[in-house]
Amino acid sequence: MSAPTEEVEVAPSRFGSGRAREILADSWIALVLIALVIAFSVLRPSFATTFNFSNILVAASVLAVMATGQTYIIITAGIDLSVGSVLVFSSVVAVLTMRELGGISGGWGAALAGVAVGILAGVLWGLLNGLLIAKTKIPALIVTLGTLGMALGSAQLLSSGVDIAAVPPSYVKAIGFGKVLGVPVLVLIALAVLAVFYVVLSRTRFGRHTYAIGSNPEAARRAGIRVDRHLVKIYALQGLLSGLAGVLGLARFSTTTLSGHTADNLAVISAVVLGGTSLFGGYGSLIGTGVAVLIPVVLQNGLIILGVQPFWQTILIGAILIIAVFIDQLKRRARTA
Amino acid sequence: MLEAREITRSFGHVEALRGASFAAYPGEVVALVGDNGAGKSSLTRILVGADQPDSGEILIDGRPTVFSSPLAAQQEGVGVVYQDLALATDLDIPANLYLGRELMKTGLLGKLGFIDQKAMRAGTAKTYERFGVKPGSLGAPVSQLSGGQRQSVAVARSIAFGGRILFMDEPTAALGVLQTAKVLDLIRRVRDEGTAVVLISHNMTDVLDVADRVEVLRLGRRVATFSREQATLEVLVGAMTGQLDERRV
Ligand SMILES: Nc1ncnc2c1ncn2[C@@H]1O[C@H](COP(=O)(O)OP(=O)(O)OP(=O)(O)O)[C@@H](O)[C@H]1O
Ligand SMILES: [Mg+2]
Repeated sequence: MSAPTEEVEVAPSRFGSGRAREILADSWIALVLIALVIAFSVLRPSFATTFNFSNILVAASVLAVMATGQTYIIITAGIDLSVGSVLVFSSVVAVLTMRELGGISGGWGAALAGVAVGILAGVLWGLLNGLLIAKTKIPALIVTLGTLGMALGSAQLLSSGVDIAAVPPSYVKAIGFGKVLGVPVLVLIALAVLAVFYVVLSRTRFGRHTYAIGSNPEAARRAGIRVDRHLVKIYALQGLLSGLAGVLGLARFSTTTLSGHTADNLAVISAVVLGGTSLFGGYGSLIGTGVAVLIPVVLQNGLIILGVQPFWQTILIGAILIIAVFIDQLKRRARTA
Repeated sequence: MLEAREITRSFGHVEALRGASFAAYPGEVVALVGDNGAGKSSLTRILVGADQPDSGEILIDGRPTVFSSPLAAQQEGVGVVYQDLALATDLDIPANLYLGRELMKTGLLGKLGFIDQKAMRAGTAKTYERFGVKPGSLGAPVSQLSGGQRQSVAVARSIAFGGRILFMDEPTAALGVLQTAKVLDLIRRVRDEGTAVVLISHNMTDVLDVADRVEVLRLGRRVATFSREQATLEVLVGAMTGQLDERRV
């Protein structure tokens, strides 16, 4: 009886030089980003100022918070189209709470109460998404398309379709314009969110099960993982992060921005896919997302500075998303061949 | 040590099992054979806790047991490798081996949900050493392994944690000659460790090659059992098709 010792050549990954491959994949998108920045800087030197870079990072922060949750969701082979609407809904209920408690003459109490209500509202939308997806087996695409409409419509009802600017100034000043050691507080918050979720995804059982469910839900189920419950948690987390993005947006603009988020899902999903996470599930990283989330923002900012109509950004991002998914498909085919 | 007595199970009008009996003993490979629709998969599902019998008894070490779920069966040391293997192929070998029962870090980190990847890698290497199989690269996603290597991951998964009985449903069905030989080798190694291996297969060459005993199902009943010496292609086919005089057990 001969021992089966023949070893098949396999590309090492994840633990071995796979780290290197992952970093390479992440740095590929970083290179694209650097190329964009250089191109815009050459075309218009006013792009390359500390002030403008700071602007870009602040604008990317709100997207990054949502893209963090979306990375988890896409790793489970799901999708959440409702992020921008949930953001708007959360910001509306947050600002209504703040207005009840004094509005612009209110203090930190009013602000924090609004923040809490906004985030809670986000969690509730996320729970609704998660429960519908996990229990009714309606595709995530449809569920979150439905809640996209429901959340946005509810926000417009509650605000009568008019932006509300009842945000306490102390909150706007500290969170929206505050800096620590020269770094905007909004950027620090986004980095903290990315860091915490990165550690959870790569080091904890919760993260491990997230990958497993995306890779093979039946295998996860047979291994005793409560797949439904895990999915509900992940959509609830996305809701929480969309809610957080909503109240961060209030700090940044000191008003709701009802009409400014229709393409947030496009930007967020593009960032996640460009960052190397596979729409087929089971594979992805938050480092990639963190880098790639800058791309839609840099494009928008650069095009505005160039004097190009900013609508081009939406067109470009849409096209980039399709190309990125096409590449993902090719990679997937190569992997399973 | 695992015994099933007079198991019946009907699906609507179809009587899949009509009083099927079965036994598996430690350190033995027993093949469960039968024609299509004989009830092999139905019986297996019941014996691994994935389905409940309408009537009949399951005994472990002589004591009657009810497997209310696959988890309950696992706790009695009964594991199963399904034909589709049920592996998370984007994850590496240790992640698959420990899926659903990850080793946690000690202390506060463990309570916070941190997993001990080092310990799981070491445990995986040990398990593979035990069975004399080289895993390929431990860090590679399972999708990059060969069919036989994947089969070993699934096998290791179901026996690494005190498995006493291992059911394998058509483990070589999708494999070529070389890979099949490897899986059969692995089955022998698992048996030599003292595990009872139940091999469900349509491939009589494999069965004759590796089985210490063969139990034949026909129309939802055990119709014969042969020792290694008695088993030939002729008698097996005869028993499966009902042409041979039935040697009742
Ligand atoms: N879930 C089910 N619902 C209805 N009928 C079933 C079900 N499972 C099995 N059967 C029937 O029970 C009988 C036994 O099927 P089973 O799958 O156990 O046979 P088998 O020996 O595994 O066959 P094969 O070699 O083709 O895998 C068949 O007639 C089958 O159609
Ligand atoms: Mg079968």
